Amino acid sequence: MTETQTPAAGAQLSLRALTKRFEKFVAVDALDLDVGAGQFFALLGPSGCGKTTTLRMIAGLEEPTSGQILLGGDDIARLKPYKRPVNTVFQNYALFPHLNIFENVAFGLRRRRIGNVKPKVDEMLELVQLGAMATRKPSQLSGGQQQRVALARALINQPRILLLDEPLGALDLKLRRQMQLELKRIQTEVGITFIHVTHDQEEAMTMADTIAVMNNGVVEQLGGPTELYDNPATTFVSNFLGQSNLIRGTVKTAGADVVVDVHGTTAAVPADRARVTSGDVWVGVRPEKVELTAAGQAAGAPGTTQTGTTLAGGVVAEVAFIGVSTQYLVEMPWGQQLTVFVQNNGARDDFRPGDPVDVHWRGEHTFLLDAAQDAHAGEEE
Amino acid sequence: MSAVVGGLTDAARGTATTPTPTPISRRKLTGYFLLLPALAWLAIFFAVPSVQLMATSLYDRSGSLEYGYEMTFAVGNYPAAWTAYATQFGRSFMYAGIATVLAIFLAYPLAYAIAFRAGRFKHLMLVLVIAPFFTSFLVRTLAWNSILADNGFVVGSLKTIGILPEDGRLLASSVAVVAGLTYNFLPFMVLPLYASLEKIDLRLVEAARDLYANGFTAFRKVTLPLSLPGLVAGTLLTFIPASGDYINSQLLGTPKQAMIGNVIDRNFLVILDYPMAAACSVTLMVAIVTMVLFYVRRSGAEELL
Ligand SMILES: Nc1ncnc2c1ncn2[C@@H]1O[C@H](COP(=O)(O)OP(=O)(O)OP(=O)(O)O)[C@@H](O)[C@H]1O
Ligand SMILES: [Mg+2]
Repeated sequence: MTETQTPAAGAQLSLRALTKRFEKFVAVDALDLDVGAGQFFALLGPSGCGKTTTLRMIAGLEEPTSGQILLGGDDIARLKPYKRPVNTVFQNYALFPHLNIFENVAFGLRRRRIGNVKPKVDEMLELVQLGAMATRKPSQLSGGQQQRVALARALINQPRILLLDEPLGALDLKLRRQMQLELKRIQTEVGITFIHVTHDQEEAMTMADTIAVMNNGVVEQLGGPTELYDNPATTFVSNFLGQSNLIRGTVKTAGADVVVDVHGTTAAVPADRARVTSGDVWVGVRPEKVELTAAGQAAGAPGTTQTGTTLAGGVVAEVAFIGVSTQYLVEMPWGQQLTVFVQNNGARDDFRPGDPVDVHWRGEHTFLLDAAQDAHAGEEE
Repeated sequence: MSAVVGGLTDAARGTATTPTPTPISRRKLTGYFLLLPALAWLAIFFAVPSVQLMATSLYDRSGSLEYGYEMTFAVGNYPAAWTAYATQFGRSFMYAGIATVLAIFLAYPLAYAIAFRAGRFKHLMLVLVIAPFFTSFLVRTLAWNSILADNGFVVGSLKTIGILPEDGRLLASSVAVVAGLTYNFLPFMVLPLYASLEKIDLRLVEAARDLYANGFTAFRKVTLPLSLPGLVAGTLLTFIPASGDYINSQLLGTPKQAMIGNVIDRNFLVILDYPMAAACSVTLMVAIVTMVLFYVRRSGAEELL
């Protein structure tokens, strides 16, 4: 054992062309990823995209077919799992049923023959608020409590990286929200690098500093939550994180603004929000960024009139009242239905099915994507 | 916390008492009726013979089958049995103990391999473990008689490589009896071990490896403790019948390898000393039950009882 007991600072982790093949099936495909020291990093993606496989390779439970795993500069890809300063919170917790909570948490310390176990375990149980449960068996705890034991059992080893594989997946919604805040608090407190796997985009957005959106074994886009949401790089990301309206257009001129012809109307998109600057494109706009007015009326929101685009000739097809907002489906003259969320703050008109409407948006709220990509990629069924 | 526990118990009690009393007592009665055949069976074939056996062990030994025995509460039969057959009692438990330990070392790797490594051959291997049961116990033991025979292949080979001296033999020795016992009761060790290994969630082993346990430590700290119920069950299923066995000693040994089973057999059927045979039987039963209780307590596998 070479690691010392100095309080673990999170470590920088880099994956280089990391690949895992199961016979012919490529589960993780030449993955490149950098996770900064002390970050709360989320790996987000649909089921089967290779998140668990990636995590298992970092933990050493799965051997990479090729590629490197650099931890603070050293390649650990071929180290045995028990030689890596990395710990995992498993999806099903994997608590040892024959040991009580205290011994579960003490397991890693005892294996490394680290002395002074009792105060350390007690302190850790305090951190996850389970001090009173030390002598119970895992089967005598609730799901949320078991989850916290799993966290304590991993954290007590002061790993350089903590891997969490959908640690909140088995909890109900309310407990999940509570544990999200809890996890975030603990991460800030201990300063360890967290890599958190989830397929819940809301969870990733609320907790993570940086999110990598994975699909089919590769990273589609990496960035902060707002960046990913406001300026998605692919149709998959635009649909997987929230909802998007993707409207077909053709680039006319490209300069500081990329000017696009959208079904006969001209729309301007700032160049830094354009992933392509020529040919056929998708003009993307989030439903809550679209303003709806009665046909022929000017848009009321400040700024929309100056830099905005107006598409006329829509007809309200469906209205769904959701409480804080109302969701409209607007049928456009070219047959596409656009989704519009309107906040119920009393400042807007209500529309009913059949009402003629115009839709408006501001250029800086749109993004341009390559029309070669599938407009429905990443949508929930 | 305790408030929560209290709340739960109250709730549980509440639901249990909600149904009206009449159907419940009816249902309870039905339960007892369903128990009746089994209880009758136990009474006729276990309780009555046991009491009869204990009574027989206290008869006056001067009686005989023809003229009948007199009930004199001859407690002295017991010390008489112990002094006369101390060697055979000791030998029985020793042979059974050695056979059980050997069976553990043979069965554990086998059960482990079947549970975790056999892949698609799992079921075939299980069938092979059970296959010997398709022939009778007697025939299998006789087969060992010819395997270990003086002019057999095994003895010949052992002599060639010098493990056995020129005039050495395997048959009619303690080795043969213990080998026979080990072989005959091996499946009773393999099957419960397999059943409890099979249930172990391999993700727990992965978790142990993630928490700085190497392969061997992960086995010692996770797999082994979780397979303990199977190990205890297998030990009981091997040790108990092995210590009462007389076939292996009879067919593979000589009177020098006689076990307590042979003594009981001979006293009942040859010497016709019923009180002595019964005293030995009762002693064996009590000794085994005591050992089992002690063992199960120590191993912490009370739920098996
Ligand atoms: N041992 C294995 N053998 C063959 N294929 C496997 C194996 N493990 C995983 N796979 C495949 O690799 C792909 C990625 O699996 P992985 O478990 O990494 O998905 P995931 O992103 O964690 O999904 P989820 O969100 O459902 O947990 C899946 O298609 C899966 O079927
Ligand atoms: Mg997974």
